[in-house]
Amino acid sequence: MKPDPNAPRDRSLPRLAAAMAPVLLLLILLPTFVETYQIQLVTYGLIAAIAALGFNLLLGYTGLLSFGHSAYFGLGAYTVAFLVQRLGPHSMEFYILIGIPVVAIASALFGYVCVRHTRIFFGILTLAISQVVYSLALKLYWVTGGSDGLRVPRPALLLGLLNFSGPRGFQQFITSYYYYVLAIFVVCVVLMWVVVHSPFGKALQAIRDNEVRARFLGLRIRRFRWISFLVSGTFTGLAGILWVPLNGLTTPEVLYWTFSGEIVFSALLGGFRNFTGPIVGGIVFTYLKTYAVATTEYWQLLLGVVLVTLVLVLPTGIVGGLSTLGLRLRKGRS
Amino acid sequence: MPLLKTVNLRKQFGETRACDGVNFVVNKGEFLSLVGSNGAGKTTLVNLISAHLQPDSGQILFEDRDITFTTVTDRIKAGIVRSFQIVNLFDGLSVFDNVALSIFSRDGKAVQMAALADHDYEVRREAIEVLGEFGLTNKIEVPAGGLAQGERKLLDVAVAYALRPRLLFLDEPTSGVSTHEKAQIMDTVSSVVRRGMVTAVVIEHDMDVVFHYSDRIVMMHEGSFLADGTPDEIRANKDVASILLGAPLAS
Repeated sequence: MKPDPNAPRDRSLPRLAAAMAPVLLLLILLPTFVETYQIQLVTYGLIAAIAALGFNLLLGYTGLLSFGHSAYFGLGAYTVAFLVQRLGPHSMEFYILIGIPVVAIASALFGYVCVRHTRIFFGILTLAISQVVYSLALKLYWVTGGSDGLRVPRPALLLGLLNFSGPRGFQQFITSYYYYVLAIFVVCVVLMWVVVHSPFGKALQAIRDNEVRARFLGLRIRRFRWISFLVSGTFTGLAGILWVPLNGLTTPEVLYWTFSGEIVFSALLGGFRNFTGPIVGGIVFTYLKTYAVATTEYWQLLLGVVLVTLVLVLPTGIVGGLSTLGLRLRKGRS
Repeated sequence: MPLLKTVNLRKQFGETRACDGVNFVVNKGEFLSLVGSNGAGKTTLVNLISAHLQPDSGQILFEDRDITFTTVTDRIKAGIVRSFQIVNLFDGLSVFDNVALSIFSRDGKAVQMAALADHDYEVRREAIEVLGEFGLTNKIEVPAGGLAQGERKLLDVAVAYALRPRLLFLDEPTSGVSTHEKAQIMDTVSSVVRRGMVTAVVIEHDMDVVFHYSDRIVMMHEGSFLADGTPDEIRANKDVASILLGAPLAS
């Protein structure tokens, strides 16, 4: 019997911890040996990883391809921007505390509509809803700033313990915010890992593999898909919340469908059939895009070539490809 | 008292009367075979009883309770469980997870999000026990998609059985496997079902298998019942013989 490299094999909690420890150590030490710009990039990467991780609960584990996850990312970002504009406290914890319920409610509402369908119909519905949100952000310019967007200054972290005004504010903010995002990222990874290894997560995979049989186990398919959507959207929304203070500005661009495409791209790049795939994909995509934009005017063309190559050569993504390679090497040795 | 009773159950697909006023009775504890040529309406009858299809008219009574318009989930809760003609498994999940999921679902635990599935030792023990009964103990960690056909058929029944049904419908549990394996599968299935005191209705084409394992045999033809009796009675029935000879049974 050939073991299926796509089957979720990372089973025990200690194994997750053992796999994460060296990477985590490296990430913790990172600011000591790279410049601020690189730290900023990694922070963007971690945020993209959280977004893709949430997205992949739907694609990889529930078998639903959402083409509208920009909506939740963007709603997270705009919620923070509104809070900055309308209410006083420039506290990151405050933004997160208000932002998460907002994106959760939005995901629950939109998800309720979308999970009435599956496959391409589901994809189109998610796309349509995200485009509605995008047009609202564009047209209601007296609230959203239209295409100019809304500015978000650097918030205080840890209940105002860390403030970043002053001449060296920017650099201090980047380093502190990196650790801040890293901590949330670790929490998100652990939470998501528990979700996909819970009975609920198994039920999602069962529904993905065989909807009819799942129904004849007594599972209420639509409810499971809905909850999956809610969790997925909330994770991606949290990524949006974390992204906006780093970017300093939110524009309707993060609500546009091409941004949803970038999230899909990240998951494919890393490998949507592996738990760690979207994490790797999110980080690699951030670098890929940054360097593509810096190198050439035709950066979209470059990304397109990467995507085509990926689908043809590495259909299981970076992580999927590496684990197949690892398996082959191990087999060759024994 | 009959466990299940259908009253004048009808289902029509266009011009075809798949179920033409069927009065079907299943008694508690019996191992019943539903036979008939292709298109006789056997699977349609099971589809109607398991709520996969809605009848055009008629009634379904489970322990004298009218369940005609209840949902799939309601019927599973009542104890009516089925397997499928074409193997229906969760191929990406391990053999263990396939069975464990049945147990989670049955116990209302499938919605748990903050607990690790593998750390529920009660479920784990039961799943391993069920897999042991079906002789799949050494395949626990294998993805269901990687099993051989005979094992897949067994796992398919095991997944249904793990729901602890009171009435279990098995739609061709031995289709697509060799004659040798057929006997193995039926030995395992019938002994598990009898030990667990589960009432079972099996759709089967192979008459040797049917005569050997059934307490009672019901024969369907063109949407209605043609014969109903013990294996000996069915063997002696002229109508059955003529249909079996007139229309040689496939597979």
